[in-house]
Amino acid sequence: MASHLPPRPTAQQNQADAGGMAVDEHHHYGPRGLKRWLLTTNHKEIGTLYLIFSLTMFFIGGIFAMVVRAELFQPGLQLVEPEFFNQMTTMHGLIMVFGAVMPAFVGLANWMVPLQIGAPDMALPRLNNFSFWLLPVAFALLLSTLVMPGGAPNFGWTFYAPLSTTYAPPSTTFFIFSLHLAGISSILGAINIIATILNLRAPGMRMMDMPLFVWTWLITAFLLIAVMPVLAGVITMMLLDINFGTSFFNAAGGGDPVLFQHLFWFFGHPEVYIMILPAFGIVSVIIPTFARKRLFGYASMVYATASIAILSFLVWAHHMFVVGLPLVAELFFMYSTMLIAVPTGVKVFNWITTLFRGSLTFEPPMLFALAFVVLFTIGGFSGLMLAISPADFQYHDTYFVVAHFHYVLVPGAVFAIMAAVYYWLPKWTGHYPHTRLSQWHFWLSVIGVNLTFFPMHFAGLAGMPRRIPDYALQFADFNMVTSIGAFIFGASQLLFVVVVVLCVRGGEKAPAKAWDGAEDLEWTVPSPAPLHTFETPPHFEPHRH
Amino acid sequence: MRKRIVRTAGLVACSGLSGSVLANGWNMPVGVTDVSREIHSLHMIIFWICVVIGIVVFGAMFYSLFRYRRSRGAKAANFHEHTTVEVIWTLIPILILVAMAIPATATLKTMYDASEADLDVMITGQQWRWRYSYLGEEVAFTSNMATSRSQVSGESAKGENYLLEVDEPLVLPVDRKVRLLMTSDDVIHSWWVPDLAVKQDAVPGFVNENWVRINEPGIYRGQCAELCGRDHAFMPVVVEAVEPERFDAWLAERKEAAAQEALGVDREWELDELMERGEQVYSSICASCHQPDGSGSPPAFPALAGNQAILDDPDYHIDTVVNGVSGTAMPAFRSTLNPVELAAVITYERNAWGNETGDAIQPADIAELLDDE
Ligand code: HEM
Ligand SMILES: [Cu+2]
Repeated sequence: MASHLPPRPTAQQNQADAGGMAVDEHHHYGPRGLKRWLLTTNHKEIGTLYLIFSLTMFFIGGIFAMVVRAELFQPGLQLVEPEFFNQMTTMHGLIMVFGAVMPAFVGLANWMVPLQIGAPDMALPRLNNFSFWLLPVAFALLLSTLVMPGGAPNFGWTFYAPLSTTYAPPSTTFFIFSLHLAGISSILGAINIIATILNLRAPGMRMMDMPLFVWTWLITAFLLIAVMPVLAGVITMMLLDINFGTSFFNAAGGGDPVLFQHLFWFFGHPEVYIMILPAFGIVSVIIPTFARKRLFGYASMVYATASIAILSFLVWAHHMFVVGLPLVAELFFMYSTMLIAVPTGVKVFNWITTLFRGSLTFEPPMLFALAFVVLFTIGGFSGLMLAISPADFQYHDTYFVVAHFHYVLVPGAVFAIMAAVYYWLPKWTGHYPHTRLSQWHFWLSVIGVNLTFFPMHFAGLAGMPRRIPDYALQFADFNMVTSIGAFIFGASQLLFVVVVVLCVRGGEKAPAKAWDGAEDLEWTVPSPAPLHTFETPPHFEPHRH
Repeated sequence: MRKRIVRTAGLVACSGLSGSVLANGWNMPVGVTDVSREIHSLHMIIFWICVVIGIVVFGAMFYSLFRYRRSRGAKAANFHEHTTVEVIWTLIPILILVAMAIPATATLKTMYDASEADLDVMITGQQWRWRYSYLGEEVAFTSNMATSRSQVSGESAKGENYLLEVDEPLVLPVDRKVRLLMTSDDVIHSWWVPDLAVKQDAVPGFVNENWVRINEPGIYRGQCAELCGRDHAFMPVVVEAVEPERFDAWLAERKEAAAQEALGVDREWELDELMERGEQVYSSICASCHQPDGSGSPPAFPALAGNQAILDDPDYHIDTVVNGVSGTAMPAFRSTLNPVELAAVITYERNAWGNETGDAIQPADIAELLDDE
């Protein structure tokens, strides 16, 4: 494969391209060592911290998933007790959603939003530092529940009451506190991103000139500000139910367990789009670069993103089709969910039309972006099936749903994050990632992901409920394949770490414009990007979008 | 090297798809009710719609990927927007979805019409068993998983219906409309039988409604679908659908047995009798939390063996079992168990595993207590 790759721009061009930009490497007089990282207000350093944190959480959450898959390798209970199994599924979900995927996108935003809009830093650098450092505290607290009496949270990442209140382990209060901290971090991060995008764009860059990664993050940030407070509200109600004798969700005290689900999913559905909109942005930036052709339908991409965001507030109860909603509610949420698939489809059509009559090459970022388009779409198809409310009576709470959301989240969100890392590593480190190893990482991931998640569709349709540590014999074969796939996928992520570490330490030198088809502003600063960039705003030429 | 990996992966995939998988199905069952058939056909329609869209979309994509590679000398074209095209590919999906929404709406309306049922069954979820009660018939029983723990742990071989078998199935008549009312005593459960296409959450404090009219006699298996705590995997649902005449006979028999048991309330019971009956009740209902040997799993589930709080104070013991302990996982058994069962299980707990109070709690006293409250 490597031989087909086009010649790369040479390092000499680095100087030439970065010509006019005098960059003073010596003017950073901050503290050194640990203190430097604790106190940094630099968007690139904070971005790096976020990304390292996210990768760490990705592996911790991954280990939990491996425990789950090892137990499910065969029918019967072999390795863990059901109590611990439930803690593993719960912690896996919570860590992956709040610890791995969301912080990875915030890290990418920290690094790339200022560079893509020609800003010197984030608008609120100290707040930025605080938003990040809340996270290690939050997740240290969450992980510490594993060794508390009664164990860690065991009620699923959706923590339905009253299982998560009256019947919950004592550690639930710590879980609530940790989620509050993570939520505050997200809200502050979102405010910062909005402030940066609205105020610090290079002169001449209008909103409709912004790269799509910036657009999708702007919209995501508004979603975050809208729904994280709802999450904070619902966990506070849980806190009161558990510790202060209220009965919001306790039927015996006149409360309503279904209210919990409405509140949770009013947060939860926009939340799933929070995890995918920035991924759409990344893919919309990478595909044109390696197709050497402008993104097809830039404006329609922006409108589609905005309509998805708005519609995402109107579909929450599609997660609740079997809780006993009235008929009109079932119909409303079925129609609205079907509708949200339309702008999602428009995005896929636009990506494919961008490829059409391009001049394509398949560097690692492009490989991940293309796999994203195919595999995310498969997740979209199962989403469409789940939207059909009568059919959802059969699909709901089975492995079919697990297959659906893993397709949109793993080869969806996670692949997009990896595409972004491969795409911007030359900018961050000044080196290209090792091509062969990256390709190995890609192919093993693709095989692993499909072996893991595709058979889950069948297991679910055949009747296997989710969140069970042991299952009837007819599901045995599907589960064995899934577990093998999961081990392949898990192990191949070690390769990702190797690629990243090698790339940081050395490798082929990258010029300022590391990919010949790349056009956004980040490619006008040297590679690696110096600590301070765009101290004088660049002049932006609106030629591309 | 890569070839070898691909080959191994292929082998793994093939072996996964062989044998029992094909035999046991990997698609949604068609089921044995009109509604389950309708749902199955909706599922197949939307599936084929996705397949067709997938062929078109991925076809266009892979065509572009092969045709427009730079290595084949492709030069990039320069077009980048086209409003008409955007409008078309917004409208076509909308039309497809409207076409899909029409039959889905019709099916949903049918599913929501539980009126004019011939029989009402109340289904109550409890950690971790189902309780069935035939409303207006004075027949009620609990249904526990029958698979032994030794099969789960691997000490003995797994049977054919591993995890999907119960001590007492829900017996229903075919060709009659049965209204299913669902509720829960503790957390949310979800009663699901794929062949009947009934999945409905059992929510504490609410009564949900669903219905079923089974077309073919048979045994239909399913399980709890909503995470409900430790033994969520171990609360199967088994429905035995029988001809209406057989059902009527069965129901009459169960009513008779219930009446017999009710007579027993008034007589004086010996300690041994109570212990025997109590052990049955304990192992089917209490042992899942308090353990067969009464050791519990503190802090959530207190031990009963040597528990001075209950041993010193019979009234407190009775109150705990009858009324539950609010704010904890201990449910109230006043409406789940009859006076004989309550008296027997309390007696058992006071005299088993080294507890030696010698108390024989009388069903009549419990009945009186229930009447007073
Ligand atoms: C075409 C667009 C989509 C449609 C129509 C759709 C539809 C649905 C429906 C109806 C469910 C509920 C299934 C059930 O529980 O019975 C569901 C679950 C879910 N979806 Fe999607 N979805 C779409 C895209 C996405 C995307 C983009 C994401 C995230 C990146 C996502 C993440 C999830 C998650 C996490 C769940 C399950 C949550 C849980 O119960 O644990 N979906 N989807
Ligand atoms: Cu949703």
